Amino acid sequence: MTVLRCEIVPVRSQQDVVAVRQSVRSLAVAQGLSLVDQTKVVTAASELARNTLDHGGGGTARLEAVIDNGRTGLRLTFEDRGPGIKDVDLALTDGFTTGNGLGLGLGGAKRLSNEFDLWSRAGEGTRVTITRWR
Amino acid sequence: MERIPILRMGQFLIVSIQVDMHDRLALTLQSDLATRISETGARGVLLDISSLEIVDSFIGRMISNIAGTSRVLDAETVVVGIQPAVAITLVELGLSLPGVRTALNVEKGMAMLRHATGFDGHDAAPGSTPLSESSDDSAAV
Ligand SMILES: Nc1ncnc2c1ncn2[C@@H]1O[C@H](COP(=O)(O)OP(=O)(O)OP(=O)(O)O)[C@@H](O)[C@H]1O
Ligand SMILES: [Mg+2]
Repeated sequence: MTVLRCEIVPVRSQQDVVAVRQSVRSLAVAQGLSLVDQTKVVTAASELARNTLDHGGGGTARLEAVIDNGRTGLRLTFEDRGPGIKDVDLALTDGFTTGNGLGLGLGGAKRLSNEFDLWSRAGEGTRVTITRWR
Repeated sequence: MERIPILRMGQFLIVSIQVDMHDRLALTLQSDLATRISETGARGVLLDISSLEIVDSFIGRMISNIAGTSRVLDAETVVVGIQPAVAITLVELGLSLPGVRTALNVEKGMAMLRHATGFDGHDAAPGSTPLSESSDDSAAV
């Protein structure tokens, strides 16, 4: 996989979450994703950015335009050095929340992506990477 | 402070969300609407989200909360203008907005509100002076 373009944006405020959505949208348009796929990847990014802010205490989003064997797509990585996730399987279960959300963000982001990777360690932080292909 | 405007039309309140809302703005709209419903005694709320390019779990929750709160305050809510790509994504996300009435556009949404509440959207109750009489009056001037 080759990275064509990379942008690292902070996720430290609710305004930053809005900015992530807008940057992901432009990237998705530039990569030629259909309107439905743009909507899916922007929605997934919104969920993950909010988790980075609300549960991870803030962090960064790395937004990349990628190409692999002629396929173009977006790879998005959300990273924080917050408390981490104790039980990843449980966190991915729809309806599970330690806050007052719906508990849909993580599982929803996974469903809305082609590839999903979650790394987390208690006390160290969380990193979620999603890829959406054109 | 930044706010989403709430318009009043007779017995109904109309909100058209035209910006990409951050979370606090969505929460402010939720509480502003509850306040306006109880102040005005409005019987219906029309929420136009045709400009929203995404609805994530937070905005989805706001929509459900608005519908739920309105119901408790004796007002009906209709959400109009959900874009097809947004609808597809919402379902895949796992949000089906249970208990929220939806309509394709503002016109159909208003018709739904009128039907659900028995009000025509003007201040008068149903059965009072029909509009045609007053227009006859003005024609005579
Ligand atoms: N970056 C993170 N750091 C620490 N914990 C996290 C992180 N992301 C998710 N979690 C944990 O996983 C749980 C599930 O996350 P998910 O996004 O599915 O739901 P939520 O954020 O609680 O609610 P929703 O996203 O529906 O508003 C969270 O409640 C939280 O405990
Ligand atoms: Mg979440």
